[in-house]
Amino acid sequence: MSALLTIDRVHVRYDAREVLRGLSLEVARGEIVALMGPSGVGKSTALRAVAALQPFDEGRIVVDGFSLGPGPVPPESRLVPLRRRVGFVFQAHALFEHLSAFDNVTLALRHVLRKTRTEADATATRLLEALDVAFRADAWPRQLSGGEAQRVAIARALAPDPHLLLMDEPTAALDPARRATLSATLRQLSGQGRGLLIATHDAEFARANADRVITLST
Amino acid sequence: MLVWGGDAEGGAPFVEADPANPSRVRGFDVEVAERIALGLGGGRRSARFVQVQWSSIDQSVERGDFDIGLSGVEDTPTRRARHAVTLPYFEFREVLAVRPADRDRIHALADLRGRRVATLGATIAYDLLLAARDSTGVVAVSYDDDVHPYTDLVSGRVDAVLLDHIIAHRALRRLGDQAFVILPQAVAAGHYVGVLAHSDSALRDSVDAVLREAMRDGSLEQILRRWDVWDPSQADLFERVLRGGVANQTPRAAGAAQVIAYLPSLARAAGVTLSASVLSMALAVIVALVLASARVYGPRWLRLSATVYIEVVRGTPLLLQLFVIYYGLSGVVRLPAFLAAVLALGLNYAAYEAEIYRGALQAVPRAQLEAARTLGFSEMQILRLIRGPQALRYALAPMTNDFVALLKDSALVSVITVVELTKQTAIFATNVGSWVIPGVLCAIVYLALSLPLARLARGLERRWGAAG
Repeated sequence: MSALLTIDRVHVRYDAREVLRGLSLEVARGEIVALMGPSGVGKSTALRAVAALQPFDEGRIVVDGFSLGPGPVPPESRLVPLRRRVGFVFQAHALFEHLSAFDNVTLALRHVLRKTRTEADATATRLLEALDVAFRADAWPRQLSGGEAQRVAIARALAPDPHLLLMDEPTAALDPARRATLSATLRQLSGQGRGLLIATHDAEFARANADRVITLST
Repeated sequence: MLVWGGDAEGGAPFVEADPANPSRVRGFDVEVAERIALGLGGGRRSARFVQVQWSSIDQSVERGDFDIGLSGVEDTPTRRARHAVTLPYFEFREVLAVRPADRDRIHALADLRGRRVATLGATIAYDLLLAARDSTGVVAVSYDDDVHPYTDLVSGRVDAVLLDHIIAHRALRRLGDQAFVILPQAVAAGHYVGVLAHSDSALRDSVDAVLREAMRDGSLEQILRRWDVWDPSQADLFERVLRGGVANQTPRAAGAAQVIAYLPSLARAAGVTLSASVLSMALAVIVALVLASARVYGPRWLRLSATVYIEVVRGTPLLLQLFVIYYGLSGVVRLPAFLAAVLALGLNYAAYEAEIYRGALQAVPRAQLEAARTLGFSEMQILRLIRGPQALRYALAPMTNDFVALLKDSALVSVITVVELTKQTAIFATNVGSWVIPGVLCAIVYLALSLPLARLARGLERRWGAAG
């Protein structure tokens, strides 16, 4: 069976500095892959390239049959298939601050996937319950704790039902109890057949949760 | 040394800067002042000129800035009640000027029902027009100077001008004999006098004595002839004065009745201020949204154009922009004064609002915009659903503050003949001869308009600062 995500010899350069030097990796369905390495080694850059948030200079990235080449990021209108396949959980969560936790999850369902309000509400309720954060549905983002905000962000990213989930430093703001909860969540997601690519500098967390650990070095 | 005040902006034949030596003034009022000084000092006293804005002569003389104001100062009951006023030394006629095409249709104020008639604010002529508004439905248009009424008559912005015959003849010389027609029948007559501080009645009596002497010995007639303003009615006036037939009229005090009579005008002016401000702000918001979008989303040339507009508008006085839009563009498009006022205020404030919106748009964290992209939102959807609503929260409080500022800046539009709250108050103050009651009334109206907005701004800041 072909991989869900293939990163093939990708180079990213900022001016003279080469951040990614021919990175290659694969993520299969149901697999959790951790991308390790010290700060500034290009872990976030790799995730952002996969999500077409930034261009790369050489190589190829294929997500579930959708191929990205080197050069400028294509216009959003050409990225629709990629957006359906890839979810992204940002390190600082980046929740929409003018919307409640619940509406953060329903917004894309309603306006991108054109679901009815009833369908969107049902999906949001199910996701927030599965992530054990439904009791905070009416809260504003700035009223949420770090762990709660992260689970709302995961729910939001999962709303379009992506096959691949990218997570940037998911343990950054979590205490030990919350890390255990996060581990359970990741298992649950991979159990659903989703591939996970997680950028982290937390070696212990990576060893405990990832099926494979890929270490980048400067 | 007699210190006298006048307005050289009033120009010849009253007072004007001497073309041969612009540091000196000349005109018949200048010579009258010199004649008075001569008479007071037993042949040795000289006169020193102080420049003062024509509409401020009364306040300025009362403050003690000079001994006597002489600059086509009209003899009015209010002025007599408030200040020490000399004998009249010149009789003027209020005359109507109309376009040549209208000369057969318009013979008097009564023929101008519903038409726009221009004059200088805070004059007898303006009071005549206000009275005519109630009786014959004339629309009075007030100007701050006596040049633009006539150019606006020629260009068709107003249908007639009512002003002193000296001013009308001067305008006719400047614009050419064919430009307009001065109707032979005078609407009213009035007198020019000198005005002194209320407490200065002793000096006033001395000045009166000098004026009588100058009428008797022919020196005043010589002055008026030199400036080509002598006519038979002056001889009649001199005769009446010397016979004692023109005494100081009974002063009329500014009473509660006068204040109450002015309230409807004040309410109308407040309406003008409010509607001009609301319409200008609406225009400013729309233009600013376009400018801010251009600066945030546009290609390089569009960003540059928007920046140039914003910097030019913010870097030049609003007063200049008002003049350019109203008078400067009149060769291309003749905008009604109110529309020109709304355009100038709106386009000016748009530059400031645009910067608020740009700042607000850029204050929305980039990570949220990227998160929205990964969820598949289009750029338009991101602006409409995520960036716009949050930027609006950042922008609303400063916008409300700007609206309060706009409300007060709208006072500037009086320079293009729109009578709004401040202008109406100035007219009121001149008529009653005091700023105390008009000033307090005006301040109350401005506060009534702006305080609720200031409260709203603070409330929004508090609410959206805490939650959301």
